[in-house]
Amino acid sequence: MVDSPAFVKDATCIVGIGQTEFAKALEPSEKQLALTAIKAALDDAGINPSEVNGLSSYTMENVEEFDIARNLGLGDVTWFSQVGYGGGAGCGVVGNAAMAVATGQCDVAVAWRSRKRGARTSRPWAGVGQRVSGHPQWSRPFGLLRPVDEVAMLARRAMHEYGWTRDHLANVALAFRAHANRNPSAQMYGKEMTRQDYTDARWISEPLCLFDNCLETDGASAVVIVRSDRARHCPQPPVSIHAFAQSINRQHQVMTNYFGDDPLEGPAWACARRLWSLADVGPGDVDVAQIYDAFSPLVPLSLQGYGFCAKGEGGPFTDDGALEWPNGRLPTNTSGGGMSEAYVHGFNLITEGARQIRGQAINQVEGAEVCLVTSGEGVPTGALLLTAAR
Amino acid sequence: MIEGILLPELDDDSRPFWDGCAAGELRVQACGECGRLRFPPRPMCPWCQSFAHNWNAVSGRGRVWSFVVPHAPLLPAYQEFAPYNVIVVELDEDPTIRMVGNLVASEYQPINSVDPYSIEIGQPVRVVFQRLGEGEEAVALPRWVRA
Ligand SMILES: [Zn+2]
Repeated sequence: MVDSPAFVKDATCIVGIGQTEFAKALEPSEKQLALTAIKAALDDAGINPSEVNGLSSYTMENVEEFDIARNLGLGDVTWFSQVGYGGGAGCGVVGNAAMAVATGQCDVAVAWRSRKRGARTSRPWAGVGQRVSGHPQWSRPFGLLRPVDEVAMLARRAMHEYGWTRDHLANVALAFRAHANRNPSAQMYGKEMTRQDYTDARWISEPLCLFDNCLETDGASAVVIVRSDRARHCPQPPVSIHAFAQSINRQHQVMTNYFGDDPLEGPAWACARRLWSLADVGPGDVDVAQIYDAFSPLVPLSLQGYGFCAKGEGGPFTDDGALEWPNGRLPTNTSGGGMSEAYVHGFNLITEGARQIRGQAINQVEGAEVCLVTSGEGVPTGALLLTAAR
Repeated sequence: MIEGILLPELDDDSRPFWDGCAAGELRVQACGECGRLRFPPRPMCPWCQSFAHNWNAVSGRGRVWSFVVPHAPLLPAYQEFAPYNVIVVELDEDPTIRMVGNLVASEYQPINSVDPYSIEIGQPVRVVFQRLGEGEEAVALPRWVRA
C-alpha cells in the first residue's frame, strides 16, 4: 500500500462528457472541434462555461488554453497544465485535473483532446528531415520509421517469447470492430470484418497488418470534472475518479523501448502497481476495460501489465471472446476503441469509460461499477479507475 | 541510393559512437567508475551516477533479438527497398545492450538483400559498416551479416 493519504481517491467525479463527430476528414478546424466537444461536455454537466477555472490538455494539443478560454467565455482560469507523450497522456490529463480539483487549485476543470489526424502532414513521421536528432537517431536511419514499426518489433518478440500468434491479435481487432459495428458514432459503424478479412489484409510492418492499426480520425472529446460533493447535484449520474496513476518505468525509452532488462515489461507494469495500491479494488473487480489500442499488440501487453493474467498470458487471454461484449469475461473497448471507433489519442476511451459507469453506453455492460481506462503502453503512460459514485 | 536516407545528427552524447563506426569499430559507452555498459549513450551512469565514462570497442557479435519487415507507405527513400528488414541485435558482451540495425547479405548489399522469411530470432550476427554520404557529411551505419 502507498503510505501517504489518498487525496485523489473518490474526491472528484466526471460529470460531463462531450464529443464531436468522428471521421477521416472533417471540415471544422481543430479549434472548432475542441470548442464543440467542450461545450457539449459542459451542457451535459449542466455547468455554464463561466464557471470553468481549470484546463488540462496534452502537450501535443494545438489549441491553446487561452484560446479555449476566450472563445468559450470562461471565467478566470486558476489552474492549467499539460501532459506529454501523445497517446500516453490521456489518463494523466484527466488525473491531473482531478488532482487540481481535489486540492482546491480550481473548482471546475475541463480536459480535452482535439485532433485533425487525417491531414497527411500531421503524421509524426511525415516531413522528417534528412538528419535525425535525439533518441530516434538509434532507429530511424535503419528504416524503423513509423510507430507501427516500433511496436511491431515488440510484437514479434512477444510472439517468440510467449508463443502469441496473429490469431490473438485478430481477437483484439475483431472484438473492437464488432463493438463499433453497433455504435453509430464509430467510424466503423456497420462496417463488418471477418477473421478472413483480417488474415487477408495487407502488411504494414510484419508481423502487423492493416487491421492491427488504429484509425485516422478528425475529432475531439472532452470531460468535465468537479468535486464529488458537487457532483451529486449535477444532472448526470456521477462517475467517480477512484484512482489515478502514471508511470515512466525504469530504463524506459519512448516508443523504441528495447533497452531495459525486459522490454516487454513496459510502463503499464509500474503504472498498474501504483494504481492498484491506491485503489479499494483489484483487477478481478473490473467489469469493463478501455485499453489504449493504437496497435493491437498493446492490448495483450497491457492486459498482463495491469494484472488480468500472468506474464506471457496476455495473448491467450483474448481467446474465447474474452474481450467481446456482452459475454466476454472482460468486455474491452466497448465503443470500438482507437482501432474501430476513432483515434483521438485515447481520449474517447475515457468518455466511453464514463458512459459505461453511467449505464449509458451503446454496448452497455450490465451493472458496470468499475472501469479501468489506460493510456498508451510503450510510452510514459497513465491509467484511471472509474467507479460508480456512492 | 542515399538520397533521402535518414542519417543521425551527431550530438555530444552520440558522436563517439558514430566516430567509432566511421573507424570500423563498434564502441559502447562504459561507466568510468562501475564499468557497466550502457546504450543508448548518455552523460550519467544510471547505476552509480558517475559522469566518467569510456568508449569500449566490443566484438561486434550478437544475436537477433527481434525483427520487423516494413511495407508501404514509407518515406520514398525506404519504400524503394520495401519489403526490407529491421532487426534488433543483443550483443554477446551484454544481452541487455541492444541495437537497431538491418541484416544484409554483405557490407555492400542493401537492406532488402536478405530474404526476410529466412530471419529467425536468436540467429548469430556480426557487425559491418556501410558508409553513406559524402565528405564531411559522411556517416557509417552499422549493419549486420550472419555470423
Ligand atoms: Zn557506473
